Amino acid sequence: MTQTKQPLPDLHSTVEKETGGADGAPEKPRRRALLNWLWAVFGVLACLELSWFTGSIIRSRRARSSSRKNNYLDAGLVDAFKPGDVKAIPEGLLYLVCLQDGGFLALSRSCTHLGCAVPWDENKQQFICPCHGSKFDLTGSVITAPAIRPLDYFPVRIENGMIRIDTSAPLRREAFDSSQAAKV
Amino acid sequence: MCPAPESFKLCWFAKGTLFLPQRSATMAMTTKTAEKRSPLRGFVFHLHPRTVPESTLRFTLSFGLGGMAATLFIILLFSGILQLFSYAPETGSAYDSILAMYGTAPLAGLVRNIHHWSAHLLVIIALLHLLRVVLTGASDQQRRFNWLIGLGLFLLVLFGNFTGYLLPWDQRAYWAVTIFTNMVEYIPLFGPRFGLLLRGGTEVGQLTLSTFFAIHIGLIPALFCVLLIYHFWMIRKAGGLVRPEDLAGRSARRIATVPALISREAAVGLGVAALVFCFAALIDAPLGDMANPGESPNPAKAAWYFMGLQELLLHFHPVFAICIIPLTSLLLLALVPFIPGAATAPGIWCGGSRGRKLAALAFTLGLLACLGGVLIDDLLLNSTSGSGGPPAWVSRGIVPLIALVAAQGLLYLFLSRQRTYGRAASIMALLLLNFGLICGLTIIGTWFRGPSMMLAPLW
Repeated sequence: MTQTKQPLPDLHSTVEKETGGADGAPEKPRRRALLNWLWAVFGVLACLELSWFTGSIIRSRRARSSSRKNNYLDAGLVDAFKPGDVKAIPEGLLYLVCLQDGGFLALSRSCTHLGCAVPWDENKQQFICPCHGSKFDLTGSVITAPAIRPLDYFPVRIENGMIRIDTSAPLRREAFDSSQAAKV
Repeated sequence: MCPAPESFKLCWFAKGTLFLPQRSATMAMTTKTAEKRSPLRGFVFHLHPRTVPESTLRFTLSFGLGGMAATLFIILLFSGILQLFSYAPETGSAYDSILAMYGTAPLAGLVRNIHHWSAHLLVIIALLHLLRVVLTGASDQQRRFNWLIGLGLFLLVLFGNFTGYLLPWDQRAYWAVTIFTNMVEYIPLFGPRFGLLLRGGTEVGQLTLSTFFAIHIGLIPALFCVLLIYHFWMIRKAGGLVRPEDLAGRSARRIATVPALISREAAVGLGVAALVFCFAALIDAPLGDMANPGESPNPAKAAWYFMGLQELLLHFHPVFAICIIPLTSLLLLALVPFIPGAATAPGIWCGGSRGRKLAALAFTLGLLACLGGVLIDDLLLNSTSGSGGPPAWVSRGIVPLIALVAAQGLLYLFLSRQRTYGRAASIMALLLLNFGLICGLTIIGTWFRGPSMMLAPLW
């Protein structure tokens, strides 16, 4: 392989090549060198064109798919909850948690480790991921690795005793603080 | 890019002379007589030389693993094409189209079974083939480029298997693709963007299936064909399989490829095909429940060949488990043949009986070390609380990684200095130790993890 492979002939170095032609290999004429050089240029152009095609096709896909709008979800009346309650809201892919101080926190159902749906374990009072065993407490904070971030949350508002969750996008956080929950 | 072939120029030039036409005519005669007898024979001599060293025909040298892998690839190619006629790559109908394969047209189900079991077997065979190459010292200077091609093929096998089990769009498929695209996002720098690209948006859906369908039926087979042909060609360039005579400097006794090599290859290939077909006729390929974005199965497990990685994810910081450890291991594995004197004696398993004992010992040590490590980490996880202490990338990333590397370095020094094993044998021991670790992780993940991925006994 290494024997037959020759460096790409350069148009400007033909003079140097004449002195260095060893092994009885015939000198390449100037025209042949030009043609080889052109082939290389065309090859590179073809590759660029292909990657441009690929890129534009994939970009057009993404424009088509990003259609998630601002939407609010009514999660029930405040009176229906007591501290420590966890209600799964499947249509929003989230849990509504009533914290011990009476605040309402909407937690994303997706594990922050690798995105599995975390079920609520009523007995252990923990969210336990079925894929890699991460555990989260009532506020979504990590109890046990491998997850490194608390569960994402959605902003909650309380209007006339009705809990409304803004499900447009889950928000990332590094730690729980009470501003993430809504109080009556 | 190459100019007109020399032979073409010669023929054209030869028209005007007396001597050259005669010579080129006789040359053409000799090659033509071989090909005239049968076009198949001509093709065989394109892949193989006319004669092969007799010692490379010994079955226990290679166990025919490369031939088995090639056979399985051909089976996969044909059974894959057949499935394209009945499979629908849409999230709404993919699952039903798989069910229909077993209902109205049961032969389509058989084809799916063949495809499924061949893919599983190919992972095992390719892995054994890789081990065979290392353990028979076949990663020498002449073959080290082919080692890289082989590693590329192995990665394609794994990725092909992975993209394949997404297509039925059952529970395993849905959650595997969710996990995979999230894993990609942990890769530093371009990870988040690339994950979005593969998923086709922020949520797993039709575009995700389209992406992986295109990769599975288009990109992977195309790349595989190119690399496989290169792989074969490089074997021929290296003069066939590795053999003990390389060391002794003796010239090998050669025997005719047809029938000696060809009949053996046919026996291995047909044997594997028969095994897979029988297995597929008896046992259906599994299909889980239909994909349900609302609920992950508990425990949610990957296919067995990825359980090692899933188990690793339980113990390490995600960036380490997804990116740093696999990439470093792969890089080191790729570099092994480039270390001077890293290959054991050619054509002899583990370089001799002393090496075989060391290999078995290293593999067992790897299994035990893995078991110990997993148990210790499980205790640590359950005894410490979430907050406080050093950040996760230190306590579950750098510290255990340094411990792992240091332990292996010490073992290498111990073997090469204290126990007078050579460099080749010591490197082989480290490779088998790591293979033992991977096997251990896979076994624990597959059989000893219960609901919520808690450690649980098999029974």
